[in-house]
Amino acid sequence: MRKVKVYITLKEGVLDPQGKAVKNSLNTLDYANVNEVRVGKYMEVMMEDTEELEAQVEEMCEKLLANPVIEDYSYQIEEVIA
Amino acid sequence: MKFAVVVFPGSNCDRDMYHAIKDGLKEEVDLVWYQDADLTEYDAVLLPGGFSYGDYLRSGAIASTSNIVQQIKEAAADKKPVLGVCNGFQVLLESGLLPGAMLPNRDLKFMCHHEELRVENVETMFSSEYQKGGLIQLPIAHGEGNYYCDEAVFQQLKDNEQIVFTYTNNPNGSTGDIAGIVNESGNVLGMMPHPERAVESLLGNADGLRLFQSILMYWRNNHVIHA
Amino acid sequence: MSSMLEISPQEIEQKRLYAEMGLSDQEYKQVVELLGRRPNHTEIGLFSVMWSEHCSYKNSKPLLKKFPTEGPHVLQGPGEGAGVIDIGDNQAVVFKVESHNHPSAVEPYQGAATGVGGIIRDVFSMGARPIALLNSLRFGSLQHPRIKYLFEEVVRGIAGYGNCVGVPTVGGEVQFDDSYEGNPLVNAMCVGLINHNDIQKGIAAGVGNTVMYVGAKTGRDGIHGATFASEELSEEAESKRPSVQVGDPFMEKLLIEACLEVIHHDALVGIQDMGAAGLTSSASEMASKAGTGMKMNLDHIPQREKNMTPYEMMLSESQERMLLVIEKGREQEISEIFKKYDLEAVAVGEVIEERRFRLLHLGEVVADVPVDALAEDAPVYHQPSSVPEYYKEFQAMEDYQPIFENYEETLLQLLQQPTIASKEWVYDQYDSMVQTNTVVTPGSDAAVLRVRGTKKALAMTTDCNSRFIYLDPETGGKIAVAEAARNIVCSGARPLGLTDGLNFGSPENPEIFWQMEKSVDGMSEACKMLEAPVISGNVSLYNESFGKAIYPTPIVGMVGLVEDTSHITRSDFQRAGDLIYVIGKAEPEFGGSELQGMLEGRHFGKAPRIDLVVEKERQSSLLAAIQAGLVQSAHDISEGGLAVALAESLFGEEFGCDVSLTGNAAAELFAETQSRFLVSVRPEDHEKWEQLVTEAVFVGTVNNDGHYRLSMDGETILDTPTKYLKDAWKGAIPCLVKSKA
Repeated sequence: MRKVKVYITLKEGVLDPQGKAVKNSLNTLDYANVNEVRVGKYMEVMMEDTEELEAQVEEMCEKLLANPVIEDYSYQIEEVIA
Repeated sequence: MKFAVVVFPGSNCDRDMYHAIKDGLKEEVDLVWYQDADLTEYDAVLLPGGFSYGDYLRSGAIASTSNIVQQIKEAAADKKPVLGVCNGFQVLLESGLLPGAMLPNRDLKFMCHHEELRVENVETMFSSEYQKGGLIQLPIAHGEGNYYCDEAVFQQLKDNEQIVFTYTNNPNGSTGDIAGIVNESGNVLGMMPHPERAVESLLGNADGLRLFQSILMYWRNNHVIHA
Repeated sequence: MSSMLEISPQEIEQKRLYAEMGLSDQEYKQVVELLGRRPNHTEIGLFSVMWSEHCSYKNSKPLLKKFPTEGPHVLQGPGEGAGVIDIGDNQAVVFKVESHNHPSAVEPYQGAATGVGGIIRDVFSMGARPIALLNSLRFGSLQHPRIKYLFEEVVRGIAGYGNCVGVPTVGGEVQFDDSYEGNPLVNAMCVGLINHNDIQKGIAAGVGNTVMYVGAKTGRDGIHGATFASEELSEEAESKRPSVQVGDPFMEKLLIEACLEVIHHDALVGIQDMGAAGLTSSASEMASKAGTGMKMNLDHIPQREKNMTPYEMMLSESQERMLLVIEKGREQEISEIFKKYDLEAVAVGEVIEERRFRLLHLGEVVADVPVDALAEDAPVYHQPSSVPEYYKEFQAMEDYQPIFENYEETLLQLLQQPTIASKEWVYDQYDSMVQTNTVVTPGSDAAVLRVRGTKKALAMTTDCNSRFIYLDPETGGKIAVAEAARNIVCSGARPLGLTDGLNFGSPENPEIFWQMEKSVDGMSEACKMLEAPVISGNVSLYNESFGKAIYPTPIVGMVGLVEDTSHITRSDFQRAGDLIYVIGKAEPEFGGSELQGMLEGRHFGKAPRIDLVVEKERQSSLLAAIQAGLVQSAHDISEGGLAVALAESLFGEEFGCDVSLTGNAAAELFAETQSRFLVSVRPEDHEKWEQLVTEAVFVGTVNNDGHYRLSMDGETILDTPTKYLKDAWKGAIPCLVKSKA
């Protein structure tokens, strides 16, 4: 069994209203040195291991988990010790 | 003319769309559950608003992976009118039938009220009954209606006259004030405002009816000539 | 096995663990007597939730009996998921209000969201399609950052859930007062529409029939906080979640559609949602009502978490779950329907003849108690009541008279009081139009929805002026019902009935109990006079923080019938040239008024008087005039008095007006005298109107010049652009929300 950690982030250049709101809020809380916040998504996918695991994960991201028009993705594959 | 309203789990404007066609336009219409649909028997396909699959992951994303999307693509390829409203627009974007993507509204709030729209293009099968540059009122009700596309796509939308409706007072931050666009062939329209909520004066507004009448006119013109 | 991990009956008794679950020594003794032995951990858990105020109404039952609950059109009074009233043509309206105060104080988004989810289930479990939501909210002052946060998140939670399930949120009210600072109120009301033959009951009839569970899996959410202490003994304690319930509106939407399909299936015997006290209350109540018993095998309960104990499963308040009783042997037919919606219906038990509630887990009987002991035998308390000191003091006071300098400044400030100011910031976040029936959207006196395919429409509102109820619960109780009815009548409808959301402090405090008693007396009297029976309701007690109780807040959710959509009337003036009339004379009554609160920072003195006979007469004649087509707009005169009502009626189209009044200026403008209306009439109809509504007094005209102009005894005292007032009124709440503390 593998645990795949998928990180989805907004592409550079795409306006992130949530990130902007969080940034303003942090500034209000006196974290004056916060310059930018980008809000993304994190998912944990538990999968049976296969030969093509990485290719599969790549495809899953392209097809569903991320929207390539606005989002980038990255992932880590970890072993799960049962 | 026979319309199909495709119902996904979580669609919630499906009945509104159904009544707009049946009681407003007075044409034939069926609610079609996404699993048992055969769209070939219909003349137009309508994707209603709502929260398909709870809008989980991204609005419209999960619905866009269902089998029926293949049939919707075939209907589009057959040059049948395909209309996606609100969540339906999001499904069209996620399935690649229209370019661009949706982001959360600029001020991160769901909003529901009437907005003024400008009809930019009356040369489509969805807008022929409007006046070019005419101002109409349609309700909006969305949390993620901030239309995004990059500059190249935006330029293309402009050059091809694919922008059908724009907001006169952009409520959500959409690129180029875009409220509704068609595909390059002009038979797939996606729009955030709800024409199906504006088909009778009792509810305060009938500006949406002309959109459905445009579809009907187009169909009649084509089918009467061929008949 | 499982019971070995749990606490023994001896321990429960010796360590008085039942007390932590909310049971008194006396109640524990009663349980022992009913069982003829000491209850085990699961059993005492069942009793603790079923005998809680929320499920048993043990403190409020004697009061609730006072409400008139019957009427020629009432098809179902209190006792089922929601009440039902006939609206003709074989159709009926179903509605109920429910509070979610405590969960919303802890986690405002989920608290409010799950409140909405719960009340929707109450309505569709009756077999009705939910057609509208309203909510009644109370917060402390928006000046505090915490309150601002609660307010924003509660609104977001209501929107997040209601918008997703596709039930329009069409109305309600939001008020702000310091008494709610530590204890906000979130009451949600749902209205449904049904055909008579579809009305369902939550009964487990027919021995041998199958009990099925459908919806979300059961987790540890919502197991009430009182039980945490006893869980420390469990090995899995560290993995347990906090008791915040999380709503899944998508699941709810699937449940609505599936259940509304299932009610047409003849294999369905009974259906009930798992609300408060989850599986325990739904199962035991269904059996108790049917005069049967029930046996459940908890191993079959769909579980979201590992190693759940019977106690946890029975007390879980996981959301979006329904319990069904199905004719034996026809489970598959029902499962098929749910399967279409990706829902799994699981057989979990059976209706038995013996009137016992018997639970099995891992091959052992883990609970075996008489069904009625849970659902019927909860003790009923007649709490002592005593007249509070403050009330005696207020009654002895001289009538309060406000002192202020400038009329325009005073009006402007009143319009910016959060309770009066425009709530657009709130309702813009709600989808108020989905289902395309909403004729009058939020912002008028009541929301109005047409009944598709008929000429009829339904008007609905929630109301409760808790300041008046605090000053004088009996008078205030009358006012709450009368004001709701006024809003219904102003919309062109006849009141059909109401649902009450009784929010109070601790009933064990005799002064609070007195508030409950008196306000129920007042409400009951008004219900009788206005022919609006109470068909459902909810009681929320112990709304206190830092030893201070909230203002008594018995919320009235009322529904009325518009016989013909042409009667639908709004509070906005419709046309320049129309004549403005006021029904009812102003008295210098300022106790509990918005003006008093604004000037003095608190409420004191006597509540305004109300004569229910006069109220009834005025409502009847106004409704008759509306039905005769003589009324252009109608607005009740409430918070802020006539001056505010007039401004609100001008705002829609930014009309102007010329109004002349005589008498006591303060009272004419700002008094909150009861049973008054502001009406506009076409000039050509004025004779007929005056004949029909003899009490109406002509005060001025609507015009196009966009100026709010008002004179007192011939002297102009207000001459202000409508737009200027409107901007202040509209901007007040967004401004408060945005401002940094």
